Amino acid sequence: MWWTRLKALIVKELLALLRDPKARLILVGPPLVQLLVFSYAATLDVTNIDLVVLDRDAGAASRELVQRLEGAPDFRSVVPVAGEAALAAAIDRQEAIAAISIGPTFSRDIAAGVPAKVQVILDGRRSNASQIVAGYISRIVQGLGAEIAVSGGRAPPPVDVVARNWFNPNLIYQWFMVPNLVASIALLIGLIVTALSIARERELGTFDQLMVSPLRTHEILIGKVIPPMLVGSVHLTLYVLAAVLVFGIPLRGSLGLLYGSALFYLLSVAGLGLFISALAATQQQAILGAFLLLVPATLLSGFATPIENMPEWLQPVTIVNPLRYFLIIVRGVFLKDLPVAEIAAQTLPLALIAAATLTAAAWLFRRRLE
Amino acid sequence: MTSAPNSTDRTGRLRRLWALVRKEALQIVRDPSSILIAFVLPFILVFLFGYGVSLDTTRTRIGLVVEETTPSAQDLAASFRASRYFDVIDGHDRREFEEALVLGRVRGIVVIPSTFAADLAGRRPAAIQVLVDGAEPNTANFVQNYARGVVATWAAVRASESASAPVGVAVEQRFWFNPELASRFFLVPGAIAIVMTLVGTLLTSLVIAREWERGTMEALMATPVSAAELLIGKILPYFVLALGAMTLCVGLAVFLFGVPFRGSLVALYALSAAFLMPALGQGLLISAATKNQFLASQLALMSGFLPAFLLSGFLFEINSMPGPIQWLTMIVPARYLIPSLQTVFLAGDIWSMFLPAIAVMAGMGFVLFVLAARNTAKRIA
Amino acid sequence: MAEPVVRIENVTLDFGQGAPALRNVSGLVEGGITGLVGPDGAGKTTLIRLMTGLLLPDEGRLSVLGFDTRSEAAAVQAAIGYMPQRFGLYEDLSVAENLDLYADLRGLPPAERAEVFERLLSFTDLKRFTGRLAGRLSGGMKQKLGLACALLTKPRLLLLDEPSVGVDPVSRRDLWAMVKELAGEGIGVLWSTAYLDEAEACDRVLLLNAGELLFSGPPGDLTQQVDGRVFRLTGVGQGRRAVLAEVLGGRGIVDGVIQGETIRLVVAGGAEEKDAAITEARSRAGEGAEVRPTPPRFEDAFIDMLGGGPGGRSQLAEASPMRAAGGDEAVIEARGLTKRFGDFTAADDISFSIPRGQIFGLLGPNGAGKSTTFKMLCGLLKPTSGEGRVAGFDLRRKSAEARNQLGYMAQKFSLYGDLSVDQNLAFFAGAYGLGGARRHERTALMKEVFALSPHAGMSAKDLPLGLKQRLALACAVMHDPAALFLDEPTSGVDPVTRREFWTHINGLVEKGVTVLVTTHFMDEAEYCDRIALIYRGRAIALGSPDELRASVASPERPDPTMEDAFIALIERSRLAEAA
Repeated sequence: MWWTRLKALIVKELLALLRDPKARLILVGPPLVQLLVFSYAATLDVTNIDLVVLDRDAGAASRELVQRLEGAPDFRSVVPVAGEAALAAAIDRQEAIAAISIGPTFSRDIAAGVPAKVQVILDGRRSNASQIVAGYISRIVQGLGAEIAVSGGRAPPPVDVVARNWFNPNLIYQWFMVPNLVASIALLIGLIVTALSIARERELGTFDQLMVSPLRTHEILIGKVIPPMLVGSVHLTLYVLAAVLVFGIPLRGSLGLLYGSALFYLLSVAGLGLFISALAATQQQAILGAFLLLVPATLLSGFATPIENMPEWLQPVTIVNPLRYFLIIVRGVFLKDLPVAEIAAQTLPLALIAAATLTAAAWLFRRRLE
Repeated sequence: MTSAPNSTDRTGRLRRLWALVRKEALQIVRDPSSILIAFVLPFILVFLFGYGVSLDTTRTRIGLVVEETTPSAQDLAASFRASRYFDVIDGHDRREFEEALVLGRVRGIVVIPSTFAADLAGRRPAAIQVLVDGAEPNTANFVQNYARGVVATWAAVRASESASAPVGVAVEQRFWFNPELASRFFLVPGAIAIVMTLVGTLLTSLVIAREWERGTMEALMATPVSAAELLIGKILPYFVLALGAMTLCVGLAVFLFGVPFRGSLVALYALSAAFLMPALGQGLLISAATKNQFLASQLALMSGFLPAFLLSGFLFEINSMPGPIQWLTMIVPARYLIPSLQTVFLAGDIWSMFLPAIAVMAGMGFVLFVLAARNTAKRIA
Repeated sequence: MAEPVVRIENVTLDFGQGAPALRNVSGLVEGGITGLVGPDGAGKTTLIRLMTGLLLPDEGRLSVLGFDTRSEAAAVQAAIGYMPQRFGLYEDLSVAENLDLYADLRGLPPAERAEVFERLLSFTDLKRFTGRLAGRLSGGMKQKLGLACALLTKPRLLLLDEPSVGVDPVSRRDLWAMVKELAGEGIGVLWSTAYLDEAEACDRVLLLNAGELLFSGPPGDLTQQVDGRVFRLTGVGQGRRAVLAEVLGGRGIVDGVIQGETIRLVVAGGAEEKDAAITEARSRAGEGAEVRPTPPRFEDAFIDMLGGGPGGRSQLAEASPMRAAGGDEAVIEARGLTKRFGDFTAADDISFSIPRGQIFGLLGPNGAGKSTTFKMLCGLLKPTSGEGRVAGFDLRRKSAEARNQLGYMAQKFSLYGDLSVDQNLAFFAGAYGLGGARRHERTALMKEVFALSPHAGMSAKDLPLGLKQRLALACAVMHDPAALFLDEPTSGVDPVTRREFWTHINGLVEKGVTVLVTTHFMDEAEYCDRIALIYRGRAIALGSPDELRASVASPERPDPTMEDAFIALIERSRLAEAA
């Protein structure tokens, strides 16, 4: 009996979501396009660097330096400029992210064994990228310096640093980004779909119809939660396929564990959505409410920047954020074969969040009848 | 007698426009959700970008394995412990840290091998191993670079203590506009663009879709109001609201978070106003095309919010994106706003940069307005 | 004669969905009040929208006040007042702010504003509520405010699209008086309506059916066509529902409705045919029945013109099992129901009980508390005190069991518009726990009974109003409930569909289903066995329609209508309270 009722509700919710061709298109198309576009776009790598050089030396060493810069793969253009003003203008207008200024005595200093100096001017407006560029340039310049020193036999041999990257040997950014997007796009869509579900029925007047039927409150809640979870699972599957087949990301962990924890993640997202929906009086409030939650949830999840970089007093706020836990799980399952115990440890908070939000939604829901 | 149709009369037109604007303003004030999005969200965003989200790696936890007890190995280990970039946990065997690396408890393992001192003494190149967590490439890069830095500094100091003076090329770095390298200085302007996108595109498309859904649009259309007046009556309040939200963000950024403001207010408002043209135009177009709040929100999200976030150069460098995606960013208005806003804050007025940006944004706005006006002819579909 | 207010010339409009919305319609709207009537989907709203210039015809032309709607739409819109069906009030603006907005949009000079507002506010009796948000007004008050907004600048033509839907009889009378006064000032009024007593009072009517204009002229001309063919069947008392069904099955009977204890009949045209029909009706009605001629109404002629009512058979009822008359226990019961919102008492100690197989009506002005009472009885609202029972189950403790026994039909269409007819039926079958063969059988029956099969794949929101109505009833009775809750079920529905609807309800009641209904249609109140009149949160009168009518009979008005009774009882209560 209860199953008949619940099944009817679930089928109805799915139809309401998927029957309109426009809605269907919006639910399936854009998330895939987003995955493709954003996983290529969202990269903190710095490549295709534009550089200007003010070479007042024009000696052998400075020419050698410019050639090395031109030869480095991450630099797109190395353009000579005539003077300080042109250099400043190029930086000002962001035609170049960095400028290298080589003094008139550069080659002479090197030849004479006197410490030589190169000035690098970077655009601090893009401080993150320019720091990385600064690192590239320093390595090239120091490499040049070291060779000269060694060939002159004046310096002790260098200490080599041999770096090895586990899990992602070539540090391919998409290996990081695609799992992130899997988790956050699921949040984005799941939250808005569930947030709208009750608000929409309320605005269209079908909500009363539901309330006078023998469906019990918990059945209505379950019926509202399962369809977005199903949609979320389909998205997840598509994304996992795309990650493996399109992006060639290794799937080292267990798919079963991924889906198992995803269940709780989707449940917690749907719980949050229902909570918003129970609070909102109109669709507009539900959408904007979902947004108000979505933006901080994405920013405080470790998606773009690690949580440990946040100020200590802010870090506790992230413990109520389901995305935080699922990001660790998705990335871990894909790249690291995260142990079961760790996955369980990250899933537990998701279950707690789901329990809390669903209870709160049910309470709000009943209170509306007063 | 025929009452003259007064839709061409100038005072009548102004009065109608004013009435529409006032109505919209009242609705904005009365709906808590529009206040939330226009005034509370800016607080949250500026706050998060000011404090929470930082691209600056402060201290990364690493495991340090010293396989021998020679003075030089201990000396190098001490350099790592003293580094302000690392939070070092000591160990004797790399296997102790391998699980921690998998779980993300440490981001890297530095190994000073048992042959270190011997290699140094033998004037053979000595090697330090750095194992990093490649699952987070950005952090991995930072760990590698900082580890190199520690080793290089240590080597330089050692060399200076030995007889031969160090010779080489010194690199003197100067970060213009933002010498402290505070990432919030460039993130906050990006947050402003996000807020204006939300108010301009999302909120505007929602309120118009709502008028269609509730049937108030039909009543408006049967009055002498012209289609142009209807559109302007919608745009104006949200234009002002968005500028208000922007002003709030700037105030917070400058007075609360100490972001420098080196340009002029004129440039700030000119750029913001130019940006709002395509943002509002997009909102109008979306609502005219969908007339449904759910679809409008999804479209606004996908074509407005996410591109402003991800394809604008706000967090991710456009130059580093693959070619086709770089082309795609050309039609994202925020891409033109964000560098200019960063400049207004950090560098000052560089009009040679602003004017082309303003021209492009205004052009986009014009095209979108024309499209929206065509879709909003005073007819019931 | 002066130029007509609206001239419609050979207008055709096709939305490309099946039959054209309007087919070669030509006609005139002249001064005074013109009624626009016709069944749902006849094209009334389309015709009005054409007159505003918001829609353009595919063929033909319209001129409004001498302006062509195609080339001079702006001039038309400046000169008319238009009140769409869902009037565009901004619910989050106050009454005064709505007025201000439309005053500005319509270019009312500020100097005249104070005077005009004053006049309209006293005219609509909204002066006390100027600061209230429009969303918080009752249905009738919203309607009046909508009218006030349309009247801000004195239009030369006023287009009202079903202005009285969902409005109680008192407000409806006020509204009508207001419009009458305007017409007296020389404003042309076009009033589209599903209430044919209103059409009867118009100067002229336009009757549309399936996109074609069937009649144009004074309503009396149409009424005349059924002169001498309208009768009253008396002495049928308790069995009137069964008798009506029986009589409608006879040959030559065009229409039949219940009026209190009597049945009103319209018989077919020819003289012999007429006599035969009357004889047959009398014999079908059984012992003690008498047939007396009665003066015709516009509605009689309307149904006649459209080819007669839907007949008396309800396949739905025939397929429903007879409910065993087990004991005298009430099926629906209200015991001291009280609801307070803050210090406002919306319903105050309301008690009544409805025995099996009866129709009980809740009547009352908008905002009087009948919706609150209704909602408490079907479990949508928790009472502050008192209790409601359905089929013996306490709504508070056994709510799911109680809800399993009730069917519910809301006042505005509230099925899932994005779902198809089939999908809606499947959902409600499932929601009421019907599974397997039973579900298959019931949905098939519903589709057959309500002729929904041809539209099974259509989205519910795209159905014409009459079909929506049927689908809503189908979903409400699918699980064969013991009690049926109908909240203004036929609001805005045309008389033909209304008759069909009541045929089913009557049939179900005969099978032992119990019905609670709220309505603003006084002719629907006539179907009830008993009525509670709710006013200011209290039940001020309780009795059968005839009893209520009798209670207000006076020497000046020996035979009051239901509407007279409604208004008089409320007036009486108001006076008693004032005293």
